[in-house]
Amino acid sequence: MDEFAVLIGGKAGDGIDRAGLLIGQILNQLGKRIYIYRDYPSVIRGGHTFSIIRATKEKKSTCREKIDFLLALNQDCIDLHKNKLVDNAVIIYDSGSVKIDTLPASVKTFGIALDKIIKEENAQPVMRNSCIIASLAKALGLDWNILEKVFKKYISREVDLNLKVALRAFNETEVKERLESTPQKTLPLLTGNDAISLGLINAGLNSYIAYPMTPTSNILHFLAGIADDFGLKVIHPENEIAVSLMALGFAYSGKRAAVGTSGGGFCLMTESVSLAAMAELPIVIVVGQRTGPSTGLPTYTGQSDLHFALNAGHGEFTRFLVAPGDAEEAYLWAGIALNLSWKYQIPSIVLVDKTTCEGTFSFDIDSIEKLKIESPLIWDRNNSYKRYQDSPNGVSPLAFIPEKDQVIKVDSYEHDEYGITTEDAQITRLMQGKRLRKCKFLAQDLAAKTPVKIYGKTDSSQAIICWGSNKGVCIEIGAHLGLKVIQPLVLSPFPKEQLLQAISGVNLLINVENNITGQLSRLLNCQGIKVDKQILKYDGRPFFLEELEREIKKVL
Amino acid sequence: MSSKDLGTYAKNTWCLGCGNFAILSAIKTVLKELSQEGLGLENVVLVSGIGCHAKIVDYIDTNSFYSIHGRVLPVAEAIKIANPKLKVIGFAGDGDCYGEGLEHLIFAAKRNIDLTIIVHNNRVYGLTVGQYTPTSPLGFKGRSTPYGTKEKAINPLEIMLSSGATFISRGYTHGIELLKQLFKQAIMHKGFALVDVLQVCVTFFNLYEYYNKTVYELKDHNPADFNQALAKIREWDYNSQAPIALGVFYKSEQDCFEDSFKVDSEKLLDRDLEIRRILKDSF
Repeated sequence: MDEFAVLIGGKAGDGIDRAGLLIGQILNQLGKRIYIYRDYPSVIRGGHTFSIIRATKEKKSTCREKIDFLLALNQDCIDLHKNKLVDNAVIIYDSGSVKIDTLPASVKTFGIALDKIIKEENAQPVMRNSCIIASLAKALGLDWNILEKVFKKYISREVDLNLKVALRAFNETEVKERLESTPQKTLPLLTGNDAISLGLINAGLNSYIAYPMTPTSNILHFLAGIADDFGLKVIHPENEIAVSLMALGFAYSGKRAAVGTSGGGFCLMTESVSLAAMAELPIVIVVGQRTGPSTGLPTYTGQSDLHFALNAGHGEFTRFLVAPGDAEEAYLWAGIALNLSWKYQIPSIVLVDKTTCEGTFSFDIDSIEKLKIESPLIWDRNNSYKRYQDSPNGVSPLAFIPEKDQVIKVDSYEHDEYGITTEDAQITRLMQGKRLRKCKFLAQDLAAKTPVKIYGKTDSSQAIICWGSNKGVCIEIGAHLGLKVIQPLVLSPFPKEQLLQAISGVNLLINVENNITGQLSRLLNCQGIKVDKQILKYDGRPFFLEELEREIKKVL
Repeated sequence: MSSKDLGTYAKNTWCLGCGNFAILSAIKTVLKELSQEGLGLENVVLVSGIGCHAKIVDYIDTNSFYSIHGRVLPVAEAIKIANPKLKVIGFAGDGDCYGEGLEHLIFAAKRNIDLTIIVHNNRVYGLTVGQYTPTSPLGFKGRSTPYGTKEKAINPLEIMLSSGATFISRGYTHGIELLKQLFKQAIMHKGFALVDVLQVCVTFFNLYEYYNKTVYELKDHNPADFNQALAKIREWDYNSQAPIALGVFYKSEQDCFEDSFKVDSEKLLDRDLEIRRILKDSF
């Protein structure tokens, strides 16, 4: 088995998320690379929820449709997923609550009386997960000590009882496979949210402020948990308006702040985006897209906020917008966004989606370019301080309170170099020009950072173009079908030169997006770049490998 | 740009007779006094919203953040949390922080962040030329309510008391001595301090005559007594005809939100090393 996929499912409240991670960690111990897709409804209890754990030899960041091992904690799990099984799939199920019939004879099934074990050991119902995970481990021919090691590291409450019930299920299960370990170092398993959090910290984050909203809430939770380790001030205020305004208060005080939200919360932040631009205050906004409009499908994915993020806020100004496509890119570019925000005193947006935010990846920090905390331009203490001093690249030196005998004034109105309000026509022209001029210099900086990435068969005349979380699935398909894959990573300032270079020699450009209107193609169109075919999915679910491959084959 | 009288070169554009002049004069006097008493003015930050009140930051030669309508509080709170050593003074209008930004006001009081908020409460929108605000009395005829408002004014001081503010006071722009005392006490109070200033808008809602007849200074009042404070705050509800008390209604000592962060954010460490440790231990 070079690669395989496990699906574990049950009802919301069954602890499927944790169970999926434990399975990932067990397979991780064998040197497998892991990708986990989480599918769950927006409810606390009830409703069907599942995780797909894909184990591979090399790093992947998407799922296949086909399932090799199905772990069923309830009947829905069989009914909803039996059509995804490979011919010789293995089903492990709770024999107390799940009925198995009408399955092909090639499918091996194994029932365990989970409730009975739980009852006899006086354990909690959520520990059914530990049993079924142990059954999987046994079916894969793994040693008990691997499971024991993982449970001891990752289960914080009642690990002994978990191990006790797990051992019973382990002993009741037959070995179906002998999974070989892959001789390579194990990698930590991170969600995109974890990677963004650590990337921000790496670039010197001082404060994170957020109001809970799927799919970025876990950035808030994670950073709140490790705040003391890094001297972070993590705040959850009354709403997203306060969130972004507070971030600007921190920026004024010389503290690096970031915020996180999704479309609906970002709507409330747009006045701050404008204010950040006018007052020239740095802020990093992580926007995790989900299916809109409005409340939409709160726990599902989408890429329908590209134009919103590109245009949010009134007035004209320089912004940086990056759309990382996996955990390593999220880590690196969240940090770059923080550095660039401070270098140019502008708002930066890290545009991700639920697939990246809540997907779990094998994360290789050593593969990522090292990032320094870049010091912004600081006032040299000569002459009297002018917060908005004009300069060739539009960037004024920063000073922070307290600065004896100087005043530091920022202003949402148009203002002069000191930060005093003005309506003077000449000063207005000067300041508009100053703020917009930064864009050119920002673009020059970005040109050195590969703003457009290219993968696959780079000399192919047929290319897939994608952004954000579709990176992983497109790269795999590009490799299968011999296509070039183009990923514009930076979307503002638009990397036109690099993109024109990427499409030179391409006569079939296939655009892949998770939205209904093809937002990237509209952006490309504005720059005179036309895509030839569109493959759009907008049902809240990401593209699965075989599914997208079928669609791409149709247009080749 | 500094000048001895704390003024700037910005041209003052308030109407002749505007109550804002009294607030400007009082705060400048208080800042100068505090400076003489040893407070370095470089440690003072003024934050304003948008409206006639907000121009005050252009007229005072100190650090300032001229923010946007309704958002004085989140900006001021963050500045204080980022650097608890600073003296943060917010200026807001009644439309600004009792209307557009009321939620922020309640939460800032709830957190008892150590800052001062001075509300230029003229009970009318001035800069947008004459509409009703949350504290306009019932029946107020403004440009958006030509037949009179059909909703009662709120009593912001009662909201503040129930939200957890630890210093609640009211001043009047005729009566600069009291105003100075209130500003100074509010600034020196450790905790969330609100000064509601009856600031008369001579152009759109001139209440000088009415206030001159009805205001009085609180005497024999114990601001440490919550129930006494509540009774005095309820005496005039911003709608009815009743005597209007000026002074400090309520004062108490409580923990401040910004002091709850145990770790100094200046703590130096090798972030890369620490990230690698977390990756190893937790993932």
